Amino acid sequence: MKQKRALFAIKTILWVSALSPGVHLVISLLRGSLGVNPVEKLTLWTGMTALVLLLSSLAITPIRRISGWNLLIKLRRPLGLFAFFYASAHFVIWFAFYNIFDFRYMWADILERRFITAGMAALLVMLPLALTSTRWAIRKLGKKWSTLHRAAYLAGTLGVVHYFWLVKADTRLPSLFALVLASLLGFRALQSRAAARIKLQRSSNQGRGTRFTE
Amino acid sequence: MIIRRKPDIASSEITPERTYLNRRHFVKKAAAAGVLGTALGPRALQGKTTLQELHPRFDSMTSEMDEPLNSYEEITTYNNFYEFGTRKSDPAENSGAFRPRPWKVEIGGMVNKPGEYELDDLLSGITMEDRVYRLRCVEAWSMVIPWYGFPLSALINKVEPQPGAKYIEMKTIVRPEEMTHQRFPILDWPYIEGLRMDEAMHPLTILATGLYGADLPNQNGAPLRLVVPWKYGFKGVKSIQSIRFVEEMPINTWQVQNSHEYGFFANVNPNVSHPRWSQARETRLPGFRKDFDTMMFNGYTDQVQHLYAGMDLARWK
Ligand code: HEM
Repeated sequence: MKQKRALFAIKTILWVSALSPGVHLVISLLRGSLGVNPVEKLTLWTGMTALVLLLSSLAITPIRRISGWNLLIKLRRPLGLFAFFYASAHFVIWFAFYNIFDFRYMWADILERRFITAGMAALLVMLPLALTSTRWAIRKLGKKWSTLHRAAYLAGTLGVVHYFWLVKADTRLPSLFALVLASLLGFRALQSRAAARIKLQRSSNQGRGTRFTE
Repeated sequence: MIIRRKPDIASSEITPERTYLNRRHFVKKAAAAGVLGTALGPRALQGKTTLQELHPRFDSMTSEMDEPLNSYEEITTYNNFYEFGTRKSDPAENSGAFRPRPWKVEIGGMVNKPGEYELDDLLSGITMEDRVYRLRCVEAWSMVIPWYGFPLSALINKVEPQPGAKYIEMKTIVRPEEMTHQRFPILDWPYIEGLRMDEAMHPLTILATGLYGADLPNQNGAPLRLVVPWKYGFKGVKSIQSIRFVEEMPINTWQVQNSHEYGFFANVNPNVSHPRWSQARETRLPGFRKDFDTMMFNGYTDQVQHLYAGMDLARWK
């Protein structure tokens, strides 16, 4: 019961905080209060929100391991899906206003500008992950699901690279994102090494055991 | 100088010489029409008598051209001035503590009358004018701005450069206590820009001290800034503290930052793509879509193309 209430609470916090940037943007857009260049604001805010949510989804596992609060795992999938939602909005805004719905402009931009290439790659990596986030797909894919969804780290890396490349001079914030991402990757690397060592120990113990019975 | 279009010429040939209005002429006209003192300034300006008094002339300017002026509020709340932050709203928000007066300008290098001049002394005897120019940012957005200022050539003639001077180099003041983001190594401060001498002497090149007839607000480069309408906006060095006459081509700040992306000339050119932005189109603000075709030399081709005769503009970016 207590568990259920806690789950409800953290899910509510998640939904409110993930939806509020979008709601704020839509309301400001309708009120005409996004300033002189509304499209730039929309682009920057959707991009920023997407990246924050994506890195938050990657942070869930380390935080869960460290804190031991297993309930947090329930936030990982919605965080990733919200990140994909904002990244898609980001893409649509760019296609509609920067490229005025013209595919030729779009291709030229993707091919010529490395920051766009990286952003596009990030979105394309996120796409199959979003599509396989249904309960059905998780069950169907079984073990393969976890392997596939490790690509979230690739998407995060591409997102940070995209951000780094698009900034013209002030790299303080992208550097901070890079640092966060590096810590997350570092944590996972250490963990899988630890896991491998345990596995190795176990299997060598087992090995000795089997030899004895032979 | 109003950018006005003759009836049947292409927009790329807009003639800026058509209407040349100096302040006195305008005020007289406005007074005669009995409109002096009409309060119609944008919200941001309320309380500034100068603009309210002088504002009617800008209404007439707007009606005389087919590219409407951007509002005072648009021009003063959306711009780049990295000394105050990198977001477009930062300069307006962070420049309140900046003190543009008193102001001294250092004139140096190969010049007969070097020295540290009080701004007012430097400007005495120079006639101020209104100049309506397009401003095209390298980030592919643009505005139409009624500057108030004077041709840079007037100042150059006053201080008498020597024959060896081939370029002019201008620097923004360094005051980290007032310029919030000079405390961080975002760019290599001070901000440096330069022009070849013939570009600097060109009648379209001005130093602005105001916009919409009122003093330049801090965020737009008070008290003195460069405006070169056929070049990308970053050439327009703000809050100018030093002007030097030199023999070698100065290395401007953005070239130091990223020589692969930014060059010295920075002429608006829709045919030369930038690694970050296609320069073929722009968003005319306030607008949503990048659907305004960028013009060669920002529409000032007739006036300036002779400066670059024989130069490969794809190479000399
Ligand atoms: C679909 C392909 C994408 C395209 C075409 C794209 C394009 C852009 C553009 C044009 C900007 C504005 C650059 C500027 O104004 O200087 C931008 C900013 C940004 N984008 Fe993307 N992007 C894409 C995907 C993504 C993805 C997947 C993420 C995150 C996971 C992301 C995160 C960001 C961030 C953080 C910013 C900067 C926001 C800021 O400075 O406040 N983008 N993107």
